Amino acid sequence: MGYFSSSVGRKFFMALTGLFLVVFLLVHLIANLTLFGGPDAFNAASHFMGTNPLIQIMQPVLALGFVAHIIMGIILEYKNMISRPIGYIKNNANANSKWTSRNMIVTGLMIFAFLFLHIINYFIPFKTTEIHNHYEFVVELFKNPIYTFIYVIAFILLGMHLMHGFQSSLTTTGIRNRKYQKCIEQMGVAYSIIIAIGFSSIALWFYFVN
Amino acid sequence: MNLTLKIWRQKSAQDKGQIVEYKVKDISDHMSFLEMLDVLNESLVAKDEEPIAFDHDCREGICGTCSLHINGEAHGPDRLITTCQLHMRTFKDGDTIFIEPFRSKAFPIIKDLMVDRSALDRIQQAGGYISVNTSGNSQDANAIPISKPNADESMDAAACIGCGACVASCKNASAMLFVSAKVSQYALLPQGRIEAKDRVTNMIKQMDKEGFGNCTNTGACEMECPKGISLNNIARLNREYLVASI
Ligand code: HEM
Ligand code: SF4
Ligand code: FES
Repeated sequence: MGYFSSSVGRKFFMALTGLFLVVFLLVHLIANLTLFGGPDAFNAASHFMGTNPLIQIMQPVLALGFVAHIIMGIILEYKNMISRPIGYIKNNANANSKWTSRNMIVTGLMIFAFLFLHIINYFIPFKTTEIHNHYEFVVELFKNPIYTFIYVIAFILLGMHLMHGFQSSLTTTGIRNRKYQKCIEQMGVAYSIIIAIGFSSIALWFYFVN
Repeated sequence: MNLTLKIWRQKSAQDKGQIVEYKVKDISDHMSFLEMLDVLNESLVAKDEEPIAFDHDCREGICGTCSLHINGEAHGPDRLITTCQLHMRTFKDGDTIFIEPFRSKAFPIIKDLMVDRSALDRIQQAGGYISVNTSGNSQDANAIPISKPNADESMDAAACIGCGACVASCKNASAMLFVSAKVSQYALLPQGRIEAKDRVTNMIKQMDKEGFGNCTNTGACEMECPKGISLNNIARLNREYLVASI
């Protein structure tokens, strides 16, 4: 396949995996927001996520999506780095582009590090041990200020990644023109804020209120 | 005004190169940036020193030959202009100005501030043309109706002068804005549709071969482009390439 060995094709692959993760995050957030509904609501949602056949099929796909996105991200970033072997002594990058757009690899790798922690915190115990009250188990973690802090920082980084990633992935897939770009950008900002605040609000609520 | 210039000097492609500091005095704010460098060069020649090599030709913002990364931006801090159109009134008395060559693996340095941008020419040669009969019986241009929005967008894309500021400003040293402009100017017109698939495929193949980086849509190119080429062209290039590949 010539397409995926070209720069544009690789970027397209990056955008598709990115968009897939965008959809996943939304589903994940909706499931998590049921925590505000109390133990019964969340345990029901958790049970659904743990048993629904479609979700079970999507789990390995999701893992693959993450791995593909990360590996391709690192490959592209490496190629980009060697495309300018000697850099500028003075470079006023803030004059022409946003920090979030230039540091996707930084926010991305930090999200990756968080992902490890998150899998250790929840995914592994859920899969390997018998936990009857998922709600209790989730809420327990946020009694610890360090975990709460790390989670909130990770959600902010995720929001920053998406601030650029959302609209960037649409441009890469060709969805951009004079008429709709403003609207797409606003949707990207709204989505990023919803993700960052949505997830953070859960961590902060259970730390401060419960 | 009096200025301190920190200029990249490099004898040849093989030389390591370094920043050398120069002082210039009594620069008029009506001068263009290149005229200011001419003044410096005259003083260097008078002192029997090697003048600073930099690219220039038309000096009226249309040829795309002048370059320079000035105080951290391609063609300097102003918008929608080339370096030859940059006026010294943009700067203040006592300013220190960094002047560096456009940096990219695909733009090797020839000398001092001059870089070899023929990589862009080779991309153009790979597909940036239409095959028409020019033997004297060519068709009247107005015989094929073209919608006004398409004609306008094609014309906007055709404004690209191939200066390479997009590559120089891009954190990835990507040439996507240039290639997208060259693809779009034809893609939007019926005459360009015939060879559209081969054009985009060949131009992207050449772009990758030259060693440019991968676009991440940071938008730095669009901001620094002297001709205001829009990122919408990059989305069109992505669409054209996808369609050509399936
Ligand atoms: C839930 C987690 C994540 C989501 C939702 C996400 C989403 C996205 C999206 C939508 C894009 C834009 C694609 C494009 O421009 O074509 C993107 C790009 C990128 N992501 Fe992620 N990503 C996530 C995690 C990661 C991780 C863990 C890494 C670690 C390496 C990473 C690294 C990158 C890089 C390097 C880019 C390319 C930069 C660019 O194209 O602007 N991402 N991501
Ligand atoms: S797209 Fe703009 S910056 Fe890039 S080569 Fe053309 S005119 Fe120069
Ligand atoms: S010298 Fe021709 S554009 Fe500047």
